[in-house]
Amino acid sequence: MPEHIDHHKHPTAIPIVAETLHPKVALVGNPNVGKSVIFNFLSGLYVDVSNYPGTTVEFSKGRFGEYEIYDTPGVYGISAFSAEENVTRDVVLEADAVLNVVDSVHIERDLFLTQQLIDMGKRVSVILNFNDELERQGIVIDTEQLSLSLGAPVFQTSAVRKTGFDKLETAIVDARRGRIDPALHTKLHSMLTEVGSEAEALLILEGDESLAQKHGVHAGNERENLYIERRNRVNLIVSSVFSETKTRARISTLLGRWAVNIWTGVPMLLLALYIIYLFVGKLVAVDVVNITEKHLGNEIWEPWIRSVVTHFIPLNSWLGTLLVGEFGVISMTVTYLLFLLLPLVVAFYLALSFMEDSGYLPRLATLVDRSLNAIGLNGSAIIPIILGFGCVTMATITTRILGSEREKTIATTILQFAIPCSAQIAVVAALLAGAGFGAMIIYSVTIFAVFVAIGTILHHTLPGESSPLLIDLPPMRIPRLDNIVRKTTFRSYGFMKEATPWFFAGAFAIGIMQITGMLVVWQNLLAPIVTGWLQLPREAATAFVMGLVRRDFGAAGLYALALTPYQVVVALVTITLFVPCVASLMVMLKERGVKEALIIWFSTWIGAFAVGGIVSQILI
Amino acid sequence: MTRDRTVPLHTIPKGSRVLIMEVPEGKGKSQLIRLGILKGEFIRCLERLPGGTMVIEKNRREIAIGMTLAKSIFVAYTKNNGAEETAKKKHA
Repeated sequence: MPEHIDHHKHPTAIPIVAETLHPKVALVGNPNVGKSVIFNFLSGLYVDVSNYPGTTVEFSKGRFGEYEIYDTPGVYGISAFSAEENVTRDVVLEADAVLNVVDSVHIERDLFLTQQLIDMGKRVSVILNFNDELERQGIVIDTEQLSLSLGAPVFQTSAVRKTGFDKLETAIVDARRGRIDPALHTKLHSMLTEVGSEAEALLILEGDESLAQKHGVHAGNERENLYIERRNRVNLIVSSVFSETKTRARISTLLGRWAVNIWTGVPMLLLALYIIYLFVGKLVAVDVVNITEKHLGNEIWEPWIRSVVTHFIPLNSWLGTLLVGEFGVISMTVTYLLFLLLPLVVAFYLALSFMEDSGYLPRLATLVDRSLNAIGLNGSAIIPIILGFGCVTMATITTRILGSEREKTIATTILQFAIPCSAQIAVVAALLAGAGFGAMIIYSVTIFAVFVAIGTILHHTLPGESSPLLIDLPPMRIPRLDNIVRKTTFRSYGFMKEATPWFFAGAFAIGIMQITGMLVVWQNLLAPIVTGWLQLPREAATAFVMGLVRRDFGAAGLYALALTPYQVVVALVTITLFVPCVASLMVMLKERGVKEALIIWFSTWIGAFAVGGIVSQILI
Repeated sequence: MTRDRTVPLHTIPKGSRVLIMEVPEGKGKSQLIRLGILKGEFIRCLERLPGGTMVIEKNRREIAIGMTLAKSIFVAYTKNNGAEETAKKKHA
């Protein structure tokens, strides 16, 4: 290719040897190309490796020798299309060198980003990952030719077998500016004189509004032309380096296809749900928790700590009540956190990690896409919804992956209303199991009806349009056990770390209310509603107070009450729909703004008592 | 090249191979281009879910496209399209 370009003419060519003490290296690539594994190898830190396009919104930072390594969210290109792209863009703009991780099997897709990085004038090394897959799929890539065409060094690795990782340091050192299309180069020059940074000049030409504003210039309208030219250029490169020697249907490919076929996909979904139920709902929520909560918690931990504490403080003093009484900060809360919540959270994250890493999750999104369209969402919204069954707080953060503000509002509202989190589900399931099959059906149908009703109402009243589904389906793989275990550990730890202070704060608040008599005041205040309208014992008001602090805490408060099966249903419907926990309220305030968050929050008050009451009036 | 007609993507049956004639303008277009879905490219329909969510194949990659988007992508059936694609590649 006759297009050698003399970069030294540029006023602000990036220095080959970075001037900073710790050169910044960005790991950039499409989703699911194994960036995180490489990052972990380099930095020795574990980060969340996920198989669903777009679940890692934050980037991670680590240290490798003298280099600062930045992991970035997976993107298909760098613009300001999404939160992920914004993060990646900012990291790339700051980086001294870029390690561009590419899925060897899908270079046609991935090289678009590679070429964009090159066009930005960044120093780039291309890491062809999943080297081991090439052989299995009968694909040959001419890496020398690829390196020549791109003008940047190319290295081969296998993140699964951890081969080729020894060359990563060389890759960082050897990273260099690649070949830019001469026509594009000419276009860039005029913008470059105004902006001063090649990378920013390109992005402004491609219509990046925020960068244009920063430099006080007009954003270009060339995105489409530049994209098409880049796409064509990449296709040309691919056709010269990529050859396929054999094609055969693999079982994983077949499984992937079955997952998105309505006749095979629905049974697969039901099977998946059943397995999750057996694992999370039966094995862990019943068998394991029975041992941990009843035995370790109620029979060993609580009497022991109570006897220790009462050596120093009388049980019926105010401090005794606060610490080891009915809602004791160190008696009940510890049992609840360690022996009930923790096993459930771990089980839930194991199941979710498995679905994610196997590539099933995006296919599930495809399968349910049309159904979610009915409530103004697209298939991607299944991710926050599923996560919501784990933790509504986490799920509310994940609504960022949705394509429009409208969808984020709908999804957040549904999450705050109608999705019980894992800890709450456990309590709900345990109470419902006692109340019988009929109670279970009434509860599920009611919650589902509210879910559909809220979605439908919002879909028809909120202005604007929802974004359509457009996702790349990663190959189905057998998940790596170590990845799943590490991911589960990481997430469970993260959740417990985040949740624990709120539990203690909640128990403390309840304890204080109990001592000061506030609990009785509260119960009296809610009593007419609770006893008259919901037809529950007045102590149930306590559960609702606790629900203000944490949702599951509220449901757990119902354990102690003697309720009839129908009362159980009413109480659970109300507590499920009732206000989200403090942690998720905080996140919602941050994500959705004060006004919207408070509207949703107060709506759950009204909604919960309205629906609970209606159910009560019908049943009891 | 014999083209029968241009139809929206969400109407094509499973298994059919089509040539992309038109993709919608706007923000979504850039994302489509990045994924390699643009005018003049061949794609194959792997699955058409009830309601019109499409799963298409483009060079060993599987991409899911929601109905509202698929509705605005226009494609043409081609005859002997396997041979045509080979010809196109050689030409390129």
